[in-house]
Amino acid sequence: MCGIVGLFLKDKSLEPQLGSMLSQMLISLSDRGPDSAGIAIYGAPSRNEAKITIQSAKPERDFRGLDAELAKAIGAPVSIAVKSTHAVLRTAPDKVDAAREALQSIRPDARIMGAGEAVEIYKEVGLPEAVVDRFDVRSMTGTHGIGHTRMATESAVTTMGAHPFSTGADQCLVHNGSLSNHNNVRRELVREGMKFETENDTEVAAAYLSSQMAHGKNLGEALEGTLSDLDGFFTFVVGTKNGFGVVRDPIACKPAVMAETDQYVAFGSEYRALTKLPGIDNARVWEPEPATVYFWEH
Amino acid sequence: MPATKLSKAAQDQASRVFDLDVSSLRELNQALHNLTPGSNETAWEVLHPKGSHSVAVGVDQPVSIDVRGSVGYYCAGMNDGAAITVHGSAGPGVGENMMSGSIVIKGDASQYAGATGKGGLLVIEGNASSRCGISMKGIDIVVHGNIGHMSAFMAQSGNLVVLGDAGDALGDSIYEARLFVRGKVESLGADCIAKEMRPEHIELLQGLLDRAGVTGVKPSEFKRYGSARTLYNFNIDNADAY
Repeated sequence: MCGIVGLFLKDKSLEPQLGSMLSQMLISLSDRGPDSAGIAIYGAPSRNEAKITIQSAKPERDFRGLDAELAKAIGAPVSIAVKSTHAVLRTAPDKVDAAREALQSIRPDARIMGAGEAVEIYKEVGLPEAVVDRFDVRSMTGTHGIGHTRMATESAVTTMGAHPFSTGADQCLVHNGSLSNHNNVRRELVREGMKFETENDTEVAAAYLSSQMAHGKNLGEALEGTLSDLDGFFTFVVGTKNGFGVVRDPIACKPAVMAETDQYVAFGSEYRALTKLPGIDNARVWEPEPATVYFWEH
Repeated sequence: MPATKLSKAAQDQASRVFDLDVSSLRELNQALHNLTPGSNETAWEVLHPKGSHSVAVGVDQPVSIDVRGSVGYYCAGMNDGAAITVHGSAGPGVGENMMSGSIVIKGDASQYAGATGKGGLLVIEGNASSRCGISMKGIDIVVHGNIGHMSAFMAQSGNLVVLGDAGDALGDSIYEARLFVRGKVESLGADCIAKEMRPEHIELLQGLLDRAGVTGVKPSEFKRYGSARTLYNFNIDNADAY
């Protein structure tokens, strides 16, 4: 099954509540996937600094003193904010690549969840409520976000196998379904130079979109490409720095429902996820058409 | 269910309105399953369904049930005799395997509405999604709006009436069900063809429209579709059509 949610705010006054709204949406879909859960939240982007979300199974060992060591390694200031097994590092935008490289040598066991000007990603094995509590997601503010609760069908039940998958700056994707040609697509992307952390089919979809956008396509065009290049069942919900998109495969077995008001656009695998959103009773609610791309940008 | 100190009369009174903010779905469905022939509890109301799954499934008594809000998966599944109205939209599988009675959805319905239904009437006042009436086996379905792709796939018996448009591959591998569509059909599936509207079909369709509360629409505005019957028995010449 798997459950996915997404929320794209149009009304700035709701931004302080983004974390709590998204948390509630995700928790309502817990029984669609008990294996792991994750959330990506886009805060207001800053021109002066970029964020790198990292994860470690041994946070006390890996995060202590990391800011100073990393700052020394890249020759620029680094700050760290630790939340349980995750930490968000902040540094100058032009130092992100150097920081990624340095992390590999000074903290080889830490994993990079995602990076960008706006996005922070938190994901772990366990039910949505536990994940939300652990990272205090309810208190987070932001402009848009996506979430996933996983029933594992492809690859292992591990932190890295949880969604969202992020394969490009400020890009991330959650997926309900299963892809049948992911090995082929992965091989082609590897040939292009993309790197993969898992055997998961969803990571391939995320990398596919990153590759398309790296070739100059916008999010809408990249999503359009999934319809011809990816084979299998999918409902994808994706986030970019300022955008939010949805696409379903042409068969569209995987459930999806959307709602739009003047204040937000929301996505849920089921209507249950939307029932507590403000003004939902008067929202335009619809089932996204198969093989049709929907996307919004700020 | 925990024992209560309410009098029998008070329990009867209380059980007719189920607020799912207060009671559990299990309690609702159990109370409906406890109904016996001749029960006086003939009118039920369900509040705050909040997209719950399996609301009012397996009801086998001729009661009326009004659900005030939108429901999730499999609402009113296996209905046998009840008149169930959802004052909202319905998720996937509404009215799956209905035997008799009626289900009215005031809003839209998601995928495979009325799947495998053997009898009764399913009315969707909004739009239905893909695979509406898949494998229908005697149910009558009337959709005021549009239906999605692969509707009436492998339909065996019954009637599907669509006032709006139908998506791709309508009636793919259809057996004997009758499909009436007023709007445009994106494409017909394998072995499904347009058929002549004879007087008996006009009469049948008028009856269905009347039962579904449709007014101001004439049967002559519809086209009929059904099986070309070339795929009933395997014939190597038809292999490409499967």
